[in-house]
Amino acid sequence: MKEKKSLFYYLSCILIGLVALLFTFTLYWIITGSFKTRPEIMSATPVWFPSEWVMSNYEKLMSSRSAPLFSIFGIQGPNGPAALRWLINTVFMAVASMILTCITSSMAGYALAKKRFAGRGLVFTLIVCAMALPKQVILVPLVRLMAGLNLYDNIWSVIFPIVGWPFGVFLLKQFSEGVPGEMIEAARIDGAGEIKTFVEVVLPMIKPGIGALAIFTFINSWNDYFMQLIMLTTSENLTISLGIATMQAENSTDFGLLMAGSALAAVPIIAIFLVFQKYFTKGITMGAVKG
Amino acid sequence: MAQSKVHYSKKTRKLVMKETVSAYLFMLPFLIFFLGFVVYPMFMCVYTSFFDATMGDRADIFVGFANYKELFQDQVFIKAFWNTLVIVVVSVPVTCIFSLWVANCISKMNVAATSTFRCIFYLPVVTGSVAVTMVWKWMFNNYYGIFNYVGQTTGMIDRPINWLGDPRYALGCIILILLTTSVGQPIVLYVSALDNVDKSLVEAAEVDGATSLQAFWRIKWPQMMPTTLYILVITTINSFQCFALIQLLTSGGPDNSTMTIMYYIYHNAFKLYRYGYGNAMGVILALIIAALSAVQMKLGQEKN
Repeated sequence: MKEKKSLFYYLSCILIGLVALLFTFTLYWIITGSFKTRPEIMSATPVWFPSEWVMSNYEKLMSSRSAPLFSIFGIQGPNGPAALRWLINTVFMAVASMILTCITSSMAGYALAKKRFAGRGLVFTLIVCAMALPKQVILVPLVRLMAGLNLYDNIWSVIFPIVGWPFGVFLLKQFSEGVPGEMIEAARIDGAGEIKTFVEVVLPMIKPGIGALAIFTFINSWNDYFMQLIMLTTSENLTISLGIATMQAENSTDFGLLMAGSALAAVPIIAIFLVFQKYFTKGITMGAVKG
Repeated sequence: MAQSKVHYSKKTRKLVMKETVSAYLFMLPFLIFFLGFVVYPMFMCVYTSFFDATMGDRADIFVGFANYKELFQDQVFIKAFWNTLVIVVVSVPVTCIFSLWVANCISKMNVAATSTFRCIFYLPVVTGSVAVTMVWKWMFNNYYGIFNYVGQTTGMIDRPINWLGDPRYALGCIILILLTTSVGQPIVLYVSALDNVDKSLVEAAEVDGATSLQAFWRIKWPQMMPTTLYILVITTINSFQCFALIQLLTSGGPDNSTMTIMYYIYHNAFKLYRYGYGNAMGVILALIIAALSAVQMKLGQEKN
């Protein structure tokens, strides 16, 4: 089908192109800024393209403080720059949130979609209500709860609430509803148990949903700044975003350093987004249907 | 007969029981996290709002509605309330209209162009609030920011403006940055909604001589109503929660001109350690958002 294209359409295209340019410009500015020399950063006339690419901002970022590179179950890694430790913390946090969310959500989503049981309506209502409420209101009580559980200033205190957030269940419930009931029944008649049915019949069919949820959780937890801010305090325990934010409190106008930090926080997640873009878009749109 | 009926229902009950147990076992891992880290804190938020609670070992003191009373007399909170309202009232319609316009335009392009544009508009969301805020902070800086340079060279402003330090401009700058981070998701949603619009209807209308504007309003728009509704709700919630920008750029200043409810909650709870007072604000915020979402849902349903 060929739709008529009006003058309004062409004008719109030009305008949208300009706005898109501004959007990409911010990213361009972060990356080029991170390689500029101090005089070029501080120049009142912007230097649109660095005349020489220097690593000094990154060197400063990496020489800041040192911390053990990882510390899991009491085992400490070799010492390294704090910024690297922050990156490792962030990756660990995002991966753990992603895995736990996918496991718990696929199981719960399947039960809600395919099983009839007492209390189903109540559980579902709770989930929908929780999703409509602003996440931030629960953060203040969460801090006290985590302190009570001895998890304050611990990376798990950021992970657990993400896993409890019901969006994933909601999303995978939609996908599970698409699994034909006959297939589940057939598996049961063939003698497969509950777990076997779930793993061998349901899981393969909701794989696209799980993929979407995985990438969605990964990116959102990477950028969930507020929760990280109130839960984590010790330098070694920070995430990369939070680390950069604390750095700016100390060097508020060293924009070269701040851009290097921002690039370190943003480039990996942008790369992941670009690779898995298709799943991600699907997650956003599927979560909205009937939402 | 009667005997077999009892036998039948017993068997059914056993099956139902088994189904219920297995359902809860499947939900158990999720329910632990959900009840423990989402539902319980929600109740605690309401509960603690009736107490004078603070950090340390001191037991909470029950104060009834004192926190709420103080809230409505707190000038800063009232200022924060109005600022939040301004942010919501400006950013929600602008986000919705802008993303609909962009989505409608880019969905007519070829597949590669559509996905490129969609990707570009989503970039600020992925980049993360901290990195985005840092670069805007630099661009708005009054000595080395590009906005002052561009403004001065094009003659739009005659001397450098301290964008984020001037009560007249600070809130506007915050809203602008917020807009860049909030159009991504609505555009993705609208593009897919436009994709799902019944093409044969649009074609039929065009055969009948409808202009593309008519085709849009009469055929596409009504079919996209659920998407619009969803976008309205999520954008409203997001605008209410605008936080990182403010914490990193202005801390609510200058002169409380960028103070929002969300930042004031943070300030009271984590700077002054007034947990009870912060929770009372959280309750009010949740009530406002819930009421607004309900109104939007209601309006949307009536239109359908």
